[in-house]
Amino acid sequence: MLIKKAPDIASSEITPERLYVRRREFLRAAGIGVAAVATGVVGGRRPAEAGQTGQDLAITTKMVTTGDEKVTPFDDITTYNNYYEFGTGKDDPARNAGNFKPKPWSVKVGGECAKPGEYTLEDILRPHPIEERVYRMRCVEAWSMVIPWAGFPLGDLLKRFEPNGNAKFVEFETVMRPAEMPGQRRQILPWPYREGLRMDEAMHPLAIMAVGLYGKTLPNQNGAPMRLIVPWKYGFKGVKSIVTINFVREQPLNTWQQMDSNEYGFYSNVNPSVDHPRWSQASERRIGEFFKRPTQMFNGYADQVASLYDGMDLRRNF
Amino acid sequence: MVLTRNTIRWVLKPLVFLASLGPVVYLAWGAFTGNLGANPISEITFGTGDWTLRFLAISLAVTPLRKLSGWNDLIRFRRMLGLFAFFYGTLHFVTYLSLDRFLDVIAVRQPDQGSLIGAFLRSIVQDVWMRPFITVGFAAFLAMLPLALTSTAGWIRRLGGRNWQRLHRLVYVAAVCGVVHFWWLVKADVREPLIYAVIFGVLLTFRIAVAFSRRPARRAPSSAAGTDLAQRPS
Repeated sequence: MLIKKAPDIASSEITPERLYVRRREFLRAAGIGVAAVATGVVGGRRPAEAGQTGQDLAITTKMVTTGDEKVTPFDDITTYNNYYEFGTGKDDPARNAGNFKPKPWSVKVGGECAKPGEYTLEDILRPHPIEERVYRMRCVEAWSMVIPWAGFPLGDLLKRFEPNGNAKFVEFETVMRPAEMPGQRRQILPWPYREGLRMDEAMHPLAIMAVGLYGKTLPNQNGAPMRLIVPWKYGFKGVKSIVTINFVREQPLNTWQQMDSNEYGFYSNVNPSVDHPRWSQASERRIGEFFKRPTQMFNGYADQVASLYDGMDLRRNF
Repeated sequence: MVLTRNTIRWVLKPLVFLASLGPVVYLAWGAFTGNLGANPISEITFGTGDWTLRFLAISLAVTPLRKLSGWNDLIRFRRMLGLFAFFYGTLHFVTYLSLDRFLDVIAVRQPDQGSLIGAFLRSIVQDVWMRPFITVGFAAFLAMLPLALTSTAGWIRRLGGRNWQRLHRLVYVAAVCGVVHFWWLVKADVREPLIYAVIFGVLLTFRIAVAFSRRPARRAPSSAAGTDLAQRPS
């Protein structure tokens, strides 16, 4: 099994797509098939945590981007959540997501693409080998975690729908199910939750569609059955329980920007020098730690993503 | 059981005292045993803030309850309850200063920026100046401070009953600033601050109504102020 660490991966290796494709060819040539490598191999490095009820995922490769930073325990990742569809308390999603049914699931794809339509979860997942990606997650509220996601590159999925030249942005929506999601019975946010990315951000190798956590399928409170992870942006960009994917010409209005455009923008790149109007973003509390950490530009992924924003005023485009 | 002065002093007040310590004991025990969830410092900050507002509400409810129930002895508990509001407010403030501001400063401070204390003080001043919700939170604390300092019978005598009464109207400032502080810090869900706003609104309306109903008669020393002060705080 191939394990890559972030320092080994220079941006020149990650960013250009043709080189990325070549890495996949290498993997195939090396005989590591896209078929399952038993989770047991990965599980041996990190024992499955008590209380995990998800199904095992077949992890093929593992990317650790966080060096020797301690991985956040499963309990913390699954009981401290911002998922307002289930309530606004940090413990509400774990408490209230029990009735949510992530299966059967389908995603409606539309907009500027050649292959729109309704895709079942199985259709979505079938061609993509699952990778483990250990990423930092930085919430806009100035706390953070290190999370071992299981997923696959978002770009690989989006390519299958063949977006055309008019597709400048891609927008996503969360499911609307007030019967199973008590928070949606009030207008806490203008449901359904919407988020979006510029196409080059969406195609970046670091952006993934996550379907699991700690080697098993996502708990409901973490965005089952599939959610976005864009690790160089604030966590609210990681739209959960996705049912809609649209390729659009104009920058979509993401929900938090709609709520308060003074405080939440579209790009939402992690940036210690651009404060939230009500609190500083210069430091963060890593869950589990007492002392605060200085926040890193692009959440520590500057090498890999800074070039996406060359020439942009990141204070105006926050 | 006859509700004598001694029963109040030696049984009821100690009970209320111990009960009022409940929240801080719960938070301290929880922090020590790792039972405050993934972000204990956030729990402590929000918990102490919550109980500041609750004790403010409880102490402001004393007089309305007295009027409605006729149980005048309730007034004997008001000072203790008000001081507990100040206690939790101080815990909340100290938590913010030490576990938020100070830890922030030592995380991001550049060595060439002068002393640590200087950076710490600058960080607080900046927050109070630039973040409106911190400004009103700080104002709420400042409003409570003179009330805590002048809470004894000695101060009532020193200031005179009427002046003491006027000073202690700052409790309304503290309550309003506290609710606004809470309201301005939530991101989307204003339900909890709204509940406090309604509670304080009701309590304030009651007090205003009482004050207005006394208007026609000239306010004699034996009005509410006098009656309260006649009870030697025990």
